[in-house]
Amino acid sequence: MLKEIIDRWPLVRQIRGGTDGTGPEAMSGQTRRLLPRHDGAEVARSICPYCAVGCGQLVFHRGNRLLSIEGDPKSPISRGHLCPKGAASFELLTHPGRLKRVKYRAPRSREWTEMDLETAMDRVADRVWESRNRTFHEERDGQSLMQCSGIAHLGGATLDDEENYMIKKLFTGGLGFVAVSNQARI
Amino acid sequence: MSVTGFFTDSTLCIGCKACEVACKEWNQIPDDGFLWSGLSYDNTIELSASTWRHVQFLERSLPVAGARRRESAAWEFHSDVCKHCENAGCLEACPTGSIVRTEFGGVYIQPDVCNGCGYCVVSCPFGVPDRNPSDGRVFKCTFCYDRQRGGLEPACAKACPTGSIAFGPLETLHDRALRRLEELGEQGIRDASIYDASEGSVGGIHAFSLVRGDPRAYNLPPAPEIPTVHLKTAWRSAAAGALFLLAACAAAFAGTRR
Amino acid sequence: MPGLGTSFGRGGATTAQQDLANSDAILIMGSSMAEAHPVGFQWVVEARERGATVIHADPRFSRTSAMADLWVPLRAGSDIVFLGAMINYVLDNGREFRDYVVPYTNAATILRDDLKDTEDLDGLFSGWDPEKKAYSPETWDYRGSPSKKGKAAGHHEATGGHSKDRGGEADELSVFERDPTLEHPRCVFQVLRRHFSRYTPEMVEKLCGVPREKFLEVAEKFTAASGPEKTAAICYAVGWTQHSVGVQIIRTASILQLLLGNIGRPGGGILALRGHASIQGSTDIPTLYDILPGYLPMPTFGEDSKSLAAFIQKHRSRTGWWANFDKYLVSLLKAYYDDAATPDNEFGFSWLPRTAGDHSHLGYWLDMADGKLEGLFVFGQNPAVGAPNAGFERKAMAKLQWLVVREMVETETAAFWREIDVPPEEIDTEVFLFPAAGHAEKNGTFTNTQRLLQWREKAVDPPGDARSETWFIYHLGRRLKERAARERRPRNAGLNALWWDYRTEGRHQEPDVEQILQEINGWTVADRELVSGFADLKADGSTACGCWIYSGVFPELGNNRANGREPAGPYGHGWGFAWPADRRILYNRASARPDGRPWSERKKLVWWDAEKEEWTGHDTPDFAKKKRPGYKPKKKAEGDDALSGTDPFLMHPDGVGWIWVPSGLKDGPLPTHYEPLESPVENALYPRQQSNPAADRKERPGNAYGSAVDDGRFPHVLTTYRLTEHHTAGGMSRPLSHLAELAPELFCEISPELAREIRIRHGDWVTISTARASVEARALVTERIRPLDLAGRRVEQVALPYHFGPIGLVTGDVVNDLVAISEEPNVRIMEAKAMTCRVERSGGTARSDGGGA
Repeated sequence: MLKEIIDRWPLVRQIRGGTDGTGPEAMSGQTRRLLPRHDGAEVARSICPYCAVGCGQLVFHRGNRLLSIEGDPKSPISRGHLCPKGAASFELLTHPGRLKRVKYRAPRSREWTEMDLETAMDRVADRVWESRNRTFHEERDGQSLMQCSGIAHLGGATLDDEENYMIKKLFTGGLGFVAVSNQARI
Repeated sequence: MSVTGFFTDSTLCIGCKACEVACKEWNQIPDDGFLWSGLSYDNTIELSASTWRHVQFLERSLPVAGARRRESAAWEFHSDVCKHCENAGCLEACPTGSIVRTEFGGVYIQPDVCNGCGYCVVSCPFGVPDRNPSDGRVFKCTFCYDRQRGGLEPACAKACPTGSIAFGPLETLHDRALRRLEELGEQGIRDASIYDASEGSVGGIHAFSLVRGDPRAYNLPPAPEIPTVHLKTAWRSAAAGALFLLAACAAAFAGTRR
Repeated sequence: MPGLGTSFGRGGATTAQQDLANSDAILIMGSSMAEAHPVGFQWVVEARERGATVIHADPRFSRTSAMADLWVPLRAGSDIVFLGAMINYVLDNGREFRDYVVPYTNAATILRDDLKDTEDLDGLFSGWDPEKKAYSPETWDYRGSPSKKGKAAGHHEATGGHSKDRGGEADELSVFERDPTLEHPRCVFQVLRRHFSRYTPEMVEKLCGVPREKFLEVAEKFTAASGPEKTAAICYAVGWTQHSVGVQIIRTASILQLLLGNIGRPGGGILALRGHASIQGSTDIPTLYDILPGYLPMPTFGEDSKSLAAFIQKHRSRTGWWANFDKYLVSLLKAYYDDAATPDNEFGFSWLPRTAGDHSHLGYWLDMADGKLEGLFVFGQNPAVGAPNAGFERKAMAKLQWLVVREMVETETAAFWREIDVPPEEIDTEVFLFPAAGHAEKNGTFTNTQRLLQWREKAVDPPGDARSETWFIYHLGRRLKERAARERRPRNAGLNALWWDYRTEGRHQEPDVEQILQEINGWTVADRELVSGFADLKADGSTACGCWIYSGVFPELGNNRANGREPAGPYGHGWGFAWPADRRILYNRASARPDGRPWSERKKLVWWDAEKEEWTGHDTPDFAKKKRPGYKPKKKAEGDDALSGTDPFLMHPDGVGWIWVPSGLKDGPLPTHYEPLESPVENALYPRQQSNPAADRKERPGNAYGSAVDDGRFPHVLTTYRLTEHHTAGGMSRPLSHLAELAPELFCEISPELAREIRIRHGDWVTISTARASVEARALVTERIRPLDLAGRRVEQVALPYHFGPIGLVTGDVVNDLVAISEEPNVRIMEAKAMTCRVERSGGTARSDGGGA
């Protein structure tokens, strides 16, 4: 025990090693054990969610917790690099302002309340069904229109291809929404 | 384990600040506050306890007809960082042994040893180490010592989109910098220089740069010296002073003897 | 993207970002690529280091200009003058790549005698109806085109929009006349020459504010970098698209690149730089109003939608790749409705809604303001900050009965009821704000700016009740289908028929995203075997495919090519999947001569292997693999068989690149310079047509305009732009401390001359006003933005980044409040990049430093 303490003592290490006390002999245990915090973690291969360059990202995680998001050197487009936004992806996913519960604002209210997810889904389904029934036009002047004119959708450029597909399939193919748009024009 | 370094080539920098953000994200450093500086696009302003990479923006006068990259450097960008000096003032000044030279040649402040005395802050010729007033300790670029231990490159170098920040064995980087200077000359750019503080007591820096025009504009002093360069003179003065006092003392008593 | 779509056949970037390294010159215009696409910009730097000339034409000297060889300051909104003058330069100096132009474009095609150009009609083409404010494009078609009456190929009016174009069609392509000498006075080449003859260097000086020597330097350098041995590329972004002539600006660049023979060649092409992670995907798949996945058109009420047969008759062309139109449409319907779609019910075609009017974002938002919408979904978009006349849009939302927003943070859109001048007690809108999963919290595919599908692996679960959009839509759809099952009436036929039995997994019942991607890829209905590509699709209902252009991404189980991570070769094949069919450089047949040999060793890309009798090279050939260069189509040939071995633009019915667009665009077969809807100067080229006659100003209370010309109240030109440090409408950057601190306040870039004139100093607060609104910003006085000399008239330009809003770690006024709601005629995009404004020192109490709006 005493021997251990003496062995670890920087001054002793310095004298024994003939060094000047500015190198490894002066390193604490914590320093000597230093490794990158994502050492041995799992890696998911992802793509940056910001602009359309489509930089490759390596998402390091362990036990369902994010550890770090960095560039993917294998991407032939980005070669492992990221811009400041892509480099901030870890904060994007973990900052304290992220929503975790459904927020609900009642008509005429001044504030948000929270709502249970399944309840919110049921309510939204109700709203869609009622509005659609009120504003659906099967035809106009004897010709087929099959349009729900009272509900619109906006969004898609930040969403996955599969999500865009499902939205269009349900909203247009199923519900008859024509007012469907997103950031894209050209 | 070879000595590694940073070669920051300002002619490749696009001023994007990916290096600043990648560093903060990896090292989990907080923000510096949200104040607009008005200094071009630079709201970071300087290296500090909570900024270890700082992109400098230099706006110069443009000729009326538009700028030609080869003729006038109208808007230059450069990512400033701790120089990881060959002879480091901070390391020499540190009384607790917190600041150490790593096996990669970098200068590292051990956060679990640092007592925040601040001796290193005044000893750095570049003004790099800075004390965090709410934390008490001093912080600066770690050269991503943890990442290098894992065989990885520092976060800033990895992120840099154009490779302006190059990381690798110091020797290789020096060769690369010299070749780059030649290349630039061939492109008609003759006002570039390599800043590596190799003359003088600092003895060279492991994070060196290539900049256009006067390096002083990039907060790179012309003749940086580490304070211990004055040690001999300081001891001699102290010794001379001590001798003088001794002599004066002896003289004072000699006069009173009967 | 009809600018590229009508010119070349597909609405997407023709090249890949890495390919810029092969360029001998790069023109970046309508974009600050180093700021908005920094990592993509590394390829421009690479090109520069290899000796390429980089030219940046932009009102501001930005971080991109700092890296360029030449910065050309020009007036926002004068792009067609500049590019048109480059076309004129090429034609005047004989710099066109003739050996490419004659076989590969429609330059030689003869036009009709009754066609009138803008030179004949003072800025209009023949066919303009001033009452309808629309063109009838009949006179624009090729000489010999079948008459528009009756059932021959063609259509009765310009369709425009995103869907595939028509025109240039005939049962036999030989009915079109061509003059390969390009001398015939009515051939496209000569009409083009005459059309741009007054777009001279002097006109550039007068309208763009670019000194003629500078313009000539650009023209010289760019054209010298084109030809058999060299190629030049053009990169653009919303600095081109967000104009009342946006599509035509891109058309001008397309014509230039066709004349110089840069399309389909390594280091050439046009790189459209899009702005969001999967905006290419949301255009391809799409969540848009006038198209179905794969750029199939939505059925239009009363025009083409009476029956499936009529719809196909209208949109299928006999020749060229769109002869397969019916296969893709029917396969889509099978993907939507599965077994419920049968030949008897026209595969469910009648269950689709028909479009009737302006259903675009701006169109329906005006309906919203008029109280005609009950509900709105907003997923991952923040129009309260990002939309034109954002203040108007925020107010309009108060007319909704309910609003569903899905976001990672509370945005100004979700909280609009706090951010407008109406007390919340008077706003009836019920708002549901659902927490959304982030990109590393769900599997899925993004399609980037170069048409590359890249898969993302899920790393961690989303926090709390946050879920993916797939989860939301699937479970909402489930609930609605339950209701539809109980109410079987005609309106619910589609919903009842909709195939919705997706596998789910995990405790949250997340749908299997790979299964959706497989549906997008397509399968044969009988056995659910995945198809290997769109060539396998049929029109008889035996195949299903959610998006034909993506077909091939999942050719067999276990082979998700979007998740390919082993790049090989110069174009990264093996990493991701590019549409169509993994061709990375589109139209690459044009990288070889008509006889199949490369134009040069230096610029080899794809060529004919005479031994193996197939096309080969560094990229997947964008051509029928076995079609000989010398192939000539037989009479009555259809589809791709009707195109010869020298027709690289196989989406077009005549197989050639369209310098002249016979139909498909609402504002003309050739680009014409019109001034922005608000401009300080008169249109010197066509004084009788100040602005685009086909653009829609949507003028109404709350959406007012300054004078079209020279409004004394608004003397300066205003443009908006992106900073590297922030992202679009701010929801992904303002809440992040590491980004917010980099750019914490709204600032306005002003020239020293203007600063002196209005007596403000760098750092002072200034108020910028347009006919819509006023915002306050810090003055960043810099020489990087400068007054322009427009033939003696000094015009100041002022530039603002648009990312700020009232919520977040950093806040600021909403710059898009200044922009008008207007619609470019083809894609209904707003004019956010050129308008007029006034700048003055801010009055009233000074703000404390660090404060926002």
